[in-house]
Amino acid sequence: MKQTTQPAAYTATQNACKLCTPLGASLVFKGIENAVPLLHGSQGCSTYIRRYLISHFKEPADIACSNFAEETAIFGGGANLKIALENIRLQYAPEMVGIATTCLSETIGDDVPMFIREYREMCRDQEIPPLVHVSTPSYQGTHMEGFHGAVKATVETLATGEKAEVPGINLFPGMLSPADLRHLKEILADFDSPFMLLPDYSQTLDGALWTEYQRIPPGGTPVAEIRQAGGARASIEFGRVLASQKESAGRFLEKRFGVVNHGVGIPIGITETDRFFEALETITGRPTPDKYLEERGRLADSYVDGHKYVIEARAGVYGEEDLVVGLVAFLSEIGVIPALCATGGNSRRFRDRIAEIIPDHERKGVTIMDNADFVEIEAAAEKIRPDFFIGHSKGYTLARRLDIPLIRVGFPVHDRIGGARILHIGYRGAQSLFDRIANTLIEKRQDTSSWGYTYM
Amino acid sequence: MAKAEKDQEMEKEKIKLEGMDPEKLKEEMLSKYPTKVARKRAKGIVVNRVEGENVPQIQSNVRTVPGLIGQRGCCYAGCKGVVLGPTRDIVNITHGPIGCGFYSWLTRRNQTDASTTPDGHNFMPYCFSTDMQDEEIIFGGEKKLKQAIQEAYDIFHPKAIAVFATCPVGLIGDDIHSVCREMKKKLGINVFGFSCEGYKGVSQSAGHHIANNEIFKHVIGTNDEVDEGEYKVNLLGEYNIGGDAFEIERLFDKCGLHLVSTFSGNSSYDKFAKAHTADLNMIMCHRSINYVAEMMETKYGIPWIKVNFIGAEATAKSLRKIARYFDDPKLMERVEAVIAEEMPVVEQARDEIRPRTEGKRAMMFVGGSRAHHYQELFNELGMTTLSAGYEFAHRDDYEGRKVLPEIKVDADSRNIEELKVEPDEKRFRPRKTPEQLAKLTAENLLADYEGMMPQMKDGSMVIDDITQYEADWLIETFQPDIFCAGIKEKYAVQKHGIPMKQLHSYDYGGPYAGFTGAINFYKEIDRMVHSRIWRYIKAPWQTNPELAATYAWD
Ligand code: SF4
Ligand code: SF4
Repeated sequence: MKQTTQPAAYTATQNACKLCTPLGASLVFKGIENAVPLLHGSQGCSTYIRRYLISHFKEPADIACSNFAEETAIFGGGANLKIALENIRLQYAPEMVGIATTCLSETIGDDVPMFIREYREMCRDQEIPPLVHVSTPSYQGTHMEGFHGAVKATVETLATGEKAEVPGINLFPGMLSPADLRHLKEILADFDSPFMLLPDYSQTLDGALWTEYQRIPPGGTPVAEIRQAGGARASIEFGRVLASQKESAGRFLEKRFGVVNHGVGIPIGITETDRFFEALETITGRPTPDKYLEERGRLADSYVDGHKYVIEARAGVYGEEDLVVGLVAFLSEIGVIPALCATGGNSRRFRDRIAEIIPDHERKGVTIMDNADFVEIEAAAEKIRPDFFIGHSKGYTLARRLDIPLIRVGFPVHDRIGGARILHIGYRGAQSLFDRIANTLIEKRQDTSSWGYTYM
Repeated sequence: MAKAEKDQEMEKEKIKLEGMDPEKLKEEMLSKYPTKVARKRAKGIVVNRVEGENVPQIQSNVRTVPGLIGQRGCCYAGCKGVVLGPTRDIVNITHGPIGCGFYSWLTRRNQTDASTTPDGHNFMPYCFSTDMQDEEIIFGGEKKLKQAIQEAYDIFHPKAIAVFATCPVGLIGDDIHSVCREMKKKLGINVFGFSCEGYKGVSQSAGHHIANNEIFKHVIGTNDEVDEGEYKVNLLGEYNIGGDAFEIERLFDKCGLHLVSTFSGNSSYDKFAKAHTADLNMIMCHRSINYVAEMMETKYGIPWIKVNFIGAEATAKSLRKIARYFDDPKLMERVEAVIAEEMPVVEQARDEIRPRTEGKRAMMFVGGSRAHHYQELFNELGMTTLSAGYEFAHRDDYEGRKVLPEIKVDADSRNIEELKVEPDEKRFRPRKTPEQLAKLTAENLLADYEGMMPQMKDGSMVIDDITQYEADWLIETFQPDIFCAGIKEKYAVQKHGIPMKQLHSYDYGGPYAGFTGAINFYKEIDRMVHSRIWRYIKAPWQTNPELAATYAWD
């Protein structure tokens, strides 16, 4: 069907470029060892969110719910929350329960901290696992606010001043893929430093087959390690947008326990990855292992070899604010012009962060859009006609309509397999992104050439 | 009789499930639950034993226990996602925060063919949401909703716009219906609302009912134009997942049946509007749509029959049933001719595959009808269904409609509106004489659905609203050859190394309806239960201890 051209700025949202707040929080709780996420509200939200996580990760994703009924919505959800907590405790024996609210319990103004106190009181003689609560109404923010909120709430609830024997590094990576998380663990291990990566769903949401039934899939950040976060040597937090915000887990630990916080961009591409390794060198006092220098060398070499295929190509980038900022940093360094940078997020910091990376964005004609949906993105893309899109699966319809190739990254990727295995970060991640982008452009040229050359 | 003998007699009496006592199995499964939970769940887990008219009672359509991880969705999901989702030319606006709309955006793989309506409208790839923010939660969202309706109208000029309420809407007191009335007047197109807040009822089922009610009130009967064609029928409860409706439509064409409308696979607004001109309603999914059929019978005089086009035998049976209803030799002949033409290919495929699937065991937990319908296909392959259940069905879907008078409505479902329907003065037209009706009723043809349990083997386990834990337990205990459910269970099942078939969305496969569909399904199941993939689950030294020893010794 033909799409009418859009006048600017709509009130309603069509084809959103963001997901809802408790999804981000649930994902964080899925990344904590032996933790069960619990959504406080009606079951539809938890079912939808599970369904979405599952279709991307292709793994089971159990999320419990306090199952509001109509009368719960009227009289409050205290009783339901307590029943849910009790059943989860007896059935799963979890080491932590992460409670996120939904729009429903937020709208009726449920006092969750009070319910938690009452529940503890009720079970005075029993061992109750730590209960972390994060408030996640979707009418404030997106899944990213839910994600960061849950990381912060977890640290706030669990971290004491307690120190590990050998204090390590706290790493708050933000919403990356399991492949990214595994790569981060490898890097930290190579720096020979203990670390606490929060969250870590690299195994819980991308695990092996089971030889026996698992109540809660193995893996995740151990609760005991999160407890010691206040005694760490330093924290590293990914995301330039996050770094410009007032509150975060890293900030909290800095203020409360004096753990120095390093805010760096998501390490996509050479420049941002260099910063990350510099931070690691500063904290550990060790040089970057040769292995990574070699990877960096190979990457730079491939930039030289491949740059003529990508230079001056124009990209349409969309997704979460920090991911887009990271991708833009990378695209700029390989000579691609991020002609369209769009996000559904609305932190009001997105534009400035992009501008930092591309100071001459106006001259280059870069369009920056925040709080955008896909109808607005499409209208802009029709004018800009980028050579390729880079973003998640929800952009597929528009890419198809405009006949522009889409390189899938981030979340959700539910029309391909392997979404969990996409590597974005580090020199290695940049290598794979670079190859994919160059080959996509080459392929397009090859397919559309009348000549059909078979050799480069 | 000596005691030993007596015990033996008792033992014979006992129903077995693969040599095990299903009652004991049930006990074992429940033993992992806290006592209170076990007591509640026990009523929803029944060992099947059908004696004549007697079918065991199963608890269903009750609220899931908080903290148990189940598979149900919400009222909104049933209303917007299931019933209205597959209609291409109504703009569906979700009034609420962004998540609800986003998650129901094209996730059900319904197909549609927009080339068959003149304007070519297809809004299914779009997801409209008022994306409520703080401000609306505090001050109300009616203004934003009006604007959203206006915008949708300005951009798309649709024939109709539907508004769906999510949880917060009911609580902040937005009156979506008055907004809809106002906009209907202003825009001159049909605009109507669904109060399908997610907390209503206990599952998607409440949403189906609400969807039925509003479609009945606002759309059906608004266009009296009568199509040309003989044997006018409506197909209800067919959602065109994976192209099922296309196959069914093909068969109808071949048999000379004229399909006035489908609720709601491959459907369009105009067809809904004249559905009341048909002479027969056929129900596929009894759970989601029986309300519309009943209301249409009262208001317009259209009788309904239950049909099932999943399974080749079932398809043939359903086609014959339709012919019997119309009681016309010409149609009967044509139907027989179609069956005679289509069946041999199906049988050939089945006979070729059956030796490989014979005796394999299946489990299925889906929906409100599929767990029943798909047993037909497995039967045709010589496979047994060890255990089955629905996600959101009611007792009548399990035990048959004869239990309807016994069903008590609990507090959770009491507030779902029951429309008062009367015969329409102008449009009511009896389709059959009282004598004909009496005859058809005596043949158990009309308004009857016998439910899933009478067709299942004694001793099989019927489980309503299965939890993730119970599903895992069943798999561990029985290691079935195939497990059918939805995407939420899919990867957990596969983690055990058991093939899993999605019966909600078909995993990119389908169609499985009708004759062509049956062949597709046979082949798919054959491939799945024999895939080599499952051999790699364990490394050689895990399955073969000797090998492990050698490795260790090496
Ligand atoms: S109500 Fe809120 S939390 Fe639930 S799905 Fe909708 S947006 Fe997400
Ligand atoms: S908020 Fe309500 S309507 Fe929306 S998904 Fe959750 S339960 Fe369903």
